[in-house]
Amino acid sequence: MSGALAQPALILSLLLFTLGVVGVFLRRNVITVFMCVELMLNAVNLAFVAFSRQMGTLDGQVLVFFVMTVAAAEAAVGLAIIIAIHRHQDTLDLDAFNLLKW
Amino acid sequence: MLLTLVEWLLSKLAPPVAEGLFRLNVIPWLALMLPLGGFAVLWLWGDAIKRDREDRGAGLLACLTVILAFDCAVWTGLNMHKAEAEREGERQTLVRSLEQQGADASGLKAIAGPYQPYQPYLLGRPDIDWISVAGLRIPFGLLLDPLTLVMMLVVSGVGSLIHIYSLGYMAHDPERVRYFSYLNLFTFFMLLLVMGGNLPLLFVGWEGVGLCSYLLIGFWFKKKSASDAGNKAFIVNRIGDAGLILGTILAFHTFGTFNLVEITDAVAARPAGLAVITTIALLLFVGACGKSAQIPLHVWLPDAMEGPTPVSALIHAATMVTAGVYMVARLGPLYAKSATAMAVVAGVGAATALVAATIALVQTDIKKVLAYSTVSQLGYMFLACGVGAFGVGIFHLFTHAFFKALLFLGSGSVIHALSGEQDMRKMGGLRRKIPWTFWTFAIGTAAIAGIPPLAGFFSKDEILAGTLAAHKPLLFGLGLLTAALTAFYMARLLFMTFWGSFRGDHEAEHHVHESPWTMLGPLVLLAVGSASVGFLHVPEFVKPVFRLEEPAKVTAAAGVLGHLQSPAAQAAAHGAHAAWLPYVATLTALLGIAFAYLFYVRRRDLPDKIAAASRTAYRVLEEKYGFDLAYNWFASRFVVGGSSLVLWKAVDVAAIDGAVNGTGTMVNAVSRWARLLQTGFVRGYALVMLGGAVALVGYLLWMR
Repeated sequence: MSGALAQPALILSLLLFTLGVVGVFLRRNVITVFMCVELMLNAVNLAFVAFSRQMGTLDGQVLVFFVMTVAAAEAAVGLAIIIAIHRHQDTLDLDAFNLLKW
Repeated sequence: MLLTLVEWLLSKLAPPVAEGLFRLNVIPWLALMLPLGGFAVLWLWGDAIKRDREDRGAGLLACLTVILAFDCAVWTGLNMHKAEAEREGERQTLVRSLEQQGADASGLKAIAGPYQPYQPYLLGRPDIDWISVAGLRIPFGLLLDPLTLVMMLVVSGVGSLIHIYSLGYMAHDPERVRYFSYLNLFTFFMLLLVMGGNLPLLFVGWEGVGLCSYLLIGFWFKKKSASDAGNKAFIVNRIGDAGLILGTILAFHTFGTFNLVEITDAVAARPAGLAVITTIALLLFVGACGKSAQIPLHVWLPDAMEGPTPVSALIHAATMVTAGVYMVARLGPLYAKSATAMAVVAGVGAATALVAATIALVQTDIKKVLAYSTVSQLGYMFLACGVGAFGVGIFHLFTHAFFKALLFLGSGSVIHALSGEQDMRKMGGLRRKIPWTFWTFAIGTAAIAGIPPLAGFFSKDEILAGTLAAHKPLLFGLGLLTAALTAFYMARLLFMTFWGSFRGDHEAEHHVHESPWTMLGPLVLLAVGSASVGFLHVPEFVKPVFRLEEPAKVTAAAGVLGHLQSPAAQAAAHGAHAAWLPYVATLTALLGIAFAYLFYVRRRDLPDKIAAASRTAYRVLEEKYGFDLAYNWFASRFVVGGSSLVLWKAVDVAAIDGAVNGTGTMVNAVSRWARLLQTGFVRGYALVMLGGAVALVGYLLWMR
């Protein structure tokens, strides 16, 4: 019953995830990179829901709630860090944040 | 005594308590634990006791625990005879009933067995382990047999007297709480040593008394020579203890047990002359040499005289140094199986006896003379063991404990009278000033010299008879010569101290005073003991322990106290060929004393003349045959040299430091390259993560 719906959902999930990965690697603005990470998380959520529906169990859906919780916490902490860095460095360019090295 | 009274009272008032408490399985434990309790109290709350009662509290407590332990030992002895008599009675009944049923002789023997006096009692719960590791089980078990009993009585009996003496001797020492706590701890460990039913337990006691010896030799540790002497005793004993450990391990490897009784049983089944038994015996004897100050490990004992005099009496004369003799006698059946080991024991014993006696001839420190005398007498005990007369060795140990403790305590009283002077050249003429000390000291001297009917005569006589019985004329000759020398140097000590005129300065002479009764009481009791204990027939009493070939003649009803025999009867027991021996031995002793009288009372110029005439020999004796010089040379040359060249420069600097520093250098070098991976670019890290994730997924999808 659900196999028909799962395949397009998974394809969409794959597209969104790829979009997120590419964004993380190509963009320099921290905010954009951050949003791309969120995109990846939500792509995974979509995949979980799709699988959950296909298997007829609730496990995937429970996991989604966990992921959303983590994502919320991550957004809070991540945005706070970004604000702190911005105050310190006056820029949002990811490549400027390279003090932690040899 | 007191304990018997308490038993009688309790059996009237509360029979169940009395029955539970007064058992052969309980009271010996009490004897062992009382001194430990005394130590614990003094150690934990000693200062509080001292402050509350100002002066005597700590000492009195220590005395009380040891006297009670002695009481327990006496009770044990009395009840052992009772139990033994009951056992024999049961056997007799069995024999009689079998005879009535008409059993023939062989069947009778099989069922009732021959009478075996004093089978060892094993005390404690064999099902509770002290050490339990991978199939090895060592119970915390004590052993009780006539040998243990004799040692218990010596340790706690002489120990009690010396504790009491210490009350007077140490009365002015600010550290006496520490002193008495060590003394109590020593008594505990010594009792553990002689009561322990297996080798590891014996070893614990052995090391414990070594520790207490160290602590008490260095009791006045602010004095450099005292702390040095403590170190020396401890280090020399380590050498011996290495032998003891190896012997213990080899014994376990060979017989599969640590239990002393089981070992002696197992030995009986082996043929004589096995190499492994010889090795075990010799390794254990190395330990005995260390503890009992035999050549070549005797050097620590004379130095140990730095400790307080009662300590010299208790630890370094009466009890601890005899531990080696006790161990050899305890494992007598094992030694008897190896002619080589016996020859070594007898040879070392005889050599030590003679060498130490000759060194004692030229010593001028009153305690040093007694120390070398102790070494010499210990050699005598080993000589007895080495010719197979283990019981006689224990007998000499027993009598020696009395007269040597007496002599040490007497010398302590002399030193006390002279406010710390130990040099005999500054004494003299003390006979009338301190008469109690003099008379007791004279009895001790006569006893060690072997004047009948004092204690030393019997035991020494039996040792000489033992060498004759073993057909060792050379050892007999050495023994007799040593006996003559012993009589000579002891009489010299007596004459130099108590005869003639006082040779110290006037002030010292003015201060001479007799000691308090706490010191004189033990002296008198020990003098009575030195005069009388020779009549107790210890060798017959302890004989069953050694399982020698000839049947033991002792009967159960007759205990230690039952063995009162006249000297003539004892001499007769030696057999016809030794009938002349007591006269020869006595004559030898009298000759030695006569020579000393000639040299040190009549013709006081003679000793110096002889010393001048035989310069070299005199120097050799003065340098104690150069043992200390040789050891110093060896230590400074090889031990210190080897340590600095090999252990310090090669092992420590090159190997250990090299390994540690090398590890650091290597980590540095590797991280110099590895840190380049840390670029600081966030997307670089992300790329690595992605690569990792892809590789992992790829592996999971295709490679599995």
